[in-house]
Amino acid sequence: MARTMCLIDATKCMGCRGCQAACKQWNQLPAEKTTFTGSYENPPRLSSITWMRIKFREHENEAGGVDWLMSKQGCMHCADAACMLACPAGAIYRTEYGTVNVDEVKCIGCNYCVAACPFFVIGFDRLANKARKCTFCLDRLAAGLKPACATACPTGSITFGRSDELIAKASKRVEQLKAAGKVNATMYGLDEVGGAAMLYVLADKPEKYGFPADPQVAIQTRVWNAIYAPFRVFVVVAVALSLWANRSYSKRVQEGTEKSK
Amino acid sequence: MTNHWNDYQHSDVIMAIGGNTAENHPISMKWIEKARETKGAKLICVDPRLCRTAAVSDIFVPIRPGTNIAYLGGLINYILENEKYHKEYVENYTNAPFLINENFSFDDVTGLFTGAEDDPVRSATKYNMADWQYRTDEDGNILKDPTLEDPFCSFQLLKKHFSKYTISNISKMTGAPEETLRASYDLFSSTGQAGKAGNILYAMGITQFTHGAQNTRAIAIIQLLLGNLGIAGGGVNAQRGQSNVQGATDMAMLFHIIPGYNPTPQQTHATLEDYLTATTPEKNWWSNRPKYIVSLLKAFYGDNATPANEFGYQWLPKLDGLDHSHIPAYKYMRDGEVEGMICVADNPLVGGSSTRAKLQYQKNLKWLVSVDVVENETAAFWKGPGMNPAEIDTEVFILPAAFSFEREGNKANSGRWIQWMWKAQDPPGDAMSDLWIVNEMFKRLQALYNAEGGEVPEQITKMAWDYDGPDGQVDIVKVAMELNGYKAADGSLLTNFVGLQADGSTVCGNWLYSGYYNNLENPGTKKRIKEKEGLGFNKDWSFAWPLNRRIVYSRASCDLEGKPWNPAAPVIWWDEAQQKWVGNDVPDIPGSWDFEYSTANPFIMLPEGVGRLFSIGYQGVGGLRDGPLPTHYEPADSPVPNLLYPQATFNPVSQRFYEDHTVETDEDRAKYPHVATSYRLVEHYQSGSVTRNQPWLNEMMPEMFAEISEEHAAELGINNGDYILIESKRLQSSDNGEQGNIKVKACVTKRLKPMLINGELKHLVGMPMHWGFMGMNTGASANDLTASVGDPNTTIPEYKAFLCNVRRAE
Repeated sequence: MARTMCLIDATKCMGCRGCQAACKQWNQLPAEKTTFTGSYENPPRLSSITWMRIKFREHENEAGGVDWLMSKQGCMHCADAACMLACPAGAIYRTEYGTVNVDEVKCIGCNYCVAACPFFVIGFDRLANKARKCTFCLDRLAAGLKPACATACPTGSITFGRSDELIAKASKRVEQLKAAGKVNATMYGLDEVGGAAMLYVLADKPEKYGFPADPQVAIQTRVWNAIYAPFRVFVVVAVALSLWANRSYSKRVQEGTEKSK
Repeated sequence: MTNHWNDYQHSDVIMAIGGNTAENHPISMKWIEKARETKGAKLICVDPRLCRTAAVSDIFVPIRPGTNIAYLGGLINYILENEKYHKEYVENYTNAPFLINENFSFDDVTGLFTGAEDDPVRSATKYNMADWQYRTDEDGNILKDPTLEDPFCSFQLLKKHFSKYTISNISKMTGAPEETLRASYDLFSSTGQAGKAGNILYAMGITQFTHGAQNTRAIAIIQLLLGNLGIAGGGVNAQRGQSNVQGATDMAMLFHIIPGYNPTPQQTHATLEDYLTATTPEKNWWSNRPKYIVSLLKAFYGDNATPANEFGYQWLPKLDGLDHSHIPAYKYMRDGEVEGMICVADNPLVGGSSTRAKLQYQKNLKWLVSVDVVENETAAFWKGPGMNPAEIDTEVFILPAAFSFEREGNKANSGRWIQWMWKAQDPPGDAMSDLWIVNEMFKRLQALYNAEGGEVPEQITKMAWDYDGPDGQVDIVKVAMELNGYKAADGSLLTNFVGLQADGSTVCGNWLYSGYYNNLENPGTKKRIKEKEGLGFNKDWSFAWPLNRRIVYSRASCDLEGKPWNPAAPVIWWDEAQQKWVGNDVPDIPGSWDFEYSTANPFIMLPEGVGRLFSIGYQGVGGLRDGPLPTHYEPADSPVPNLLYPQATFNPVSQRFYEDHTVETDEDRAKYPHVATSYRLVEHYQSGSVTRNQPWLNEMMPEMFAEISEEHAAELGINNGDYILIESKRLQSSDNGEQGNIKVKACVTKRLKPMLINGELKHLVGMPMHWGFMGMNTGASANDLTASVGDPNTTIPEYKAFLCNVRRAE
């Protein structure tokens, strides 16, 4: 069954970061305070206010030249989503588009999803106590629009559509790249994690771009989910009760009048 | 551009040279990607460092900053030696067969052409160009050798001049490996076949040198040899830097031209007749110049301009033979000769050359007006680094300006498309549009001159200035109508420039724009109909000057029979039945020309009608100060002697404005051994006055930095992200020899490599030029380091090649 997908052809990315700016602007995410540490990559990692960014990786290649590989980093919207399995509060759900989204109302701020994600893309907002990440521009999808990143991209590196069409396009592209001499050209996110709604075409091995080579849902996450899932509702009630009981203490911590223990 | 942005999709090979198109014109990559997808097009990137364009290119050619003519000359030589040129095109559409005066020669040792003389006024060499002229018969017809074998024909002179530009020599001069040079030359010259299109895109990395204009000339020569001018996917494509800088040059915001690229009159042109005689050729399109000049004078002086007073010609300011561009303007300021300065959307203290010195020169101004959207470094000079406001008497006026989307008007893009822009919202607070500011300023000035008189008051009082609407506020439509042109008698709008006259019956602010606003209901500039299918000409989307032609010199897109060289992407063709030129584009051919004449004169603006390989001013049109053929000279700050011409150093015709300002001795070369270049990032824009106040952009690029190679970093003991100090001759005090520097973060990268220049390893240092001391995100200015030396034709500063030293910051 075809799902909604973005195809990110990293070989067409020239690192203009129109997508990175568009994501910030559409979602009105504040800018982080950054410093120049020797790389064009900034911010240095994803966070609750940076849901996607462009990575720049330099490698000397066999021909004696230098490859400067650029690609977008963000939530993969996995079919086999570790975050969904890990979440004790049932706050992470799959939308009608097949994307993976966080229901902030239900999120209890336990950070299990942050720890479980094999791509390290989930950010945590300490003040609001919520997990935050790319929403696949759910509000834009609902209005019949493309995600902001796909809309901004000038070269067609990020395209949006149905998985069956985009997988065929990606497959053809990989063949084209291989014929042009890029022997390690590959799709990424096709078979990994059950298939991602963010599918990549890469000119070289994933590690060269800074992607995990073999992303897996950790066995612990599966075990946790299998054992815990039936008891989820009780834990939610217990945690809610404890939060309510500690509410005034919690308030004092937030106001800075009491150090957390 | 001879072509336009969408047209890139038709290219087979694209060369981006001195133009980091992915970072500075990201949307261009959309069309380059389309060419790659649909035609298997290839991209060659020629740049000193592996920038974002190089990262996505098929062949990356790293060249030492300042060696563009070496690289391009090598390509010219390759094309000629390997006979890759488009023979029929070269023989018929260029001046290849034209014979040159047999006294012409070039001295391989001194690097000078015949006619070199001293020019004490400009502190440079100048040329007596008498021996460079076309050879003519007694009737003035140019003599030709159609076999292209005569040693004095343009083709053979070109061949001889570039015979020294062998791949081996070019490799030594540029530091690029021979195989890489050969691969790029071979790939690009494959577009010399009929039906293939080669595209050369360029920007400041070609123009900002003491030989910048000749760099562009070299590109034109290559495109003429390969038959790439006039066709879809071809062209000499200057990628303009600001959204309306094309408009700025069209309207002549430069001292040496008046609107529509007409030359500014000199004092030696005592009468209008003298000026027109000196600048008007007998043949082809510039023969119409008198119509454009008189119509322009009518626009300036209105009813005050009459046949009896030479249409007000005597009121027009005349040039005195001196240079009045950016570099000397600051020198005059230093010498106390400039009382006041009005800077409109300009920030010379970050974007100019030798900016740290200029900071001091501005102290001599009595007053300064800055029209900008922020308080930029130029306006805030009095509180800049090391400044003591108590000592400074300059009165600074800041007139807040509206952003481009807070006002209405037209902009011309690089493709010459004049697009009307509508207002999205009102500007905040007191900010007003530039047009409102200029209008109010001039009305008040004219009123003061009328009331009080002054020096040469008529230059102001006689101007016709009537742009207010019924509400007393400036009405942009009135300006648009004047630019379009109308009949003086009844104000009726002209259809286009064909209606302009030299008798004072027509008024036109800019002949090139004529036709863009020729009716009030739906003028061309406001049209927004996107083409559903076709070659991307988009004839009903805006108005491209001239006359809505999207590709210029399109006669050259067809063979001698009038059939397109490339039937798959036909621009125009001869319709035998209708006996006229038709096409997908408006033909760039005057309607009154017959088939024979148009075939003999595809380059309609030149009096000789054909593209110039050997280029001289002919009948008052064109020609460059520094030679008829591009020649490799070293940049003013040169690390090495000129490999090709042992006694030549930097361009002898370029002016020296300051003493002891550039690196010319071995002692100084030892002090400043590294070759530096400045450039732009996609994340920031120009002097950063807008972008360094944008949080999301500051998040991406938070600090000023310079890029150095890993090898260089290892020598200096620098880690990625450490602070370094960069020094240049401009920061050495002439008083006490103390060496200043800029302090920036180091970006240690594999993308810059040491260059092997004639056997010696030289380090490359690259830095963005966006930072200054004002705004949310401040940092050192790269231009503190650059030299105020300029191209002899344009005086554009040599921002792109200079020498520096790098040290660790303690």
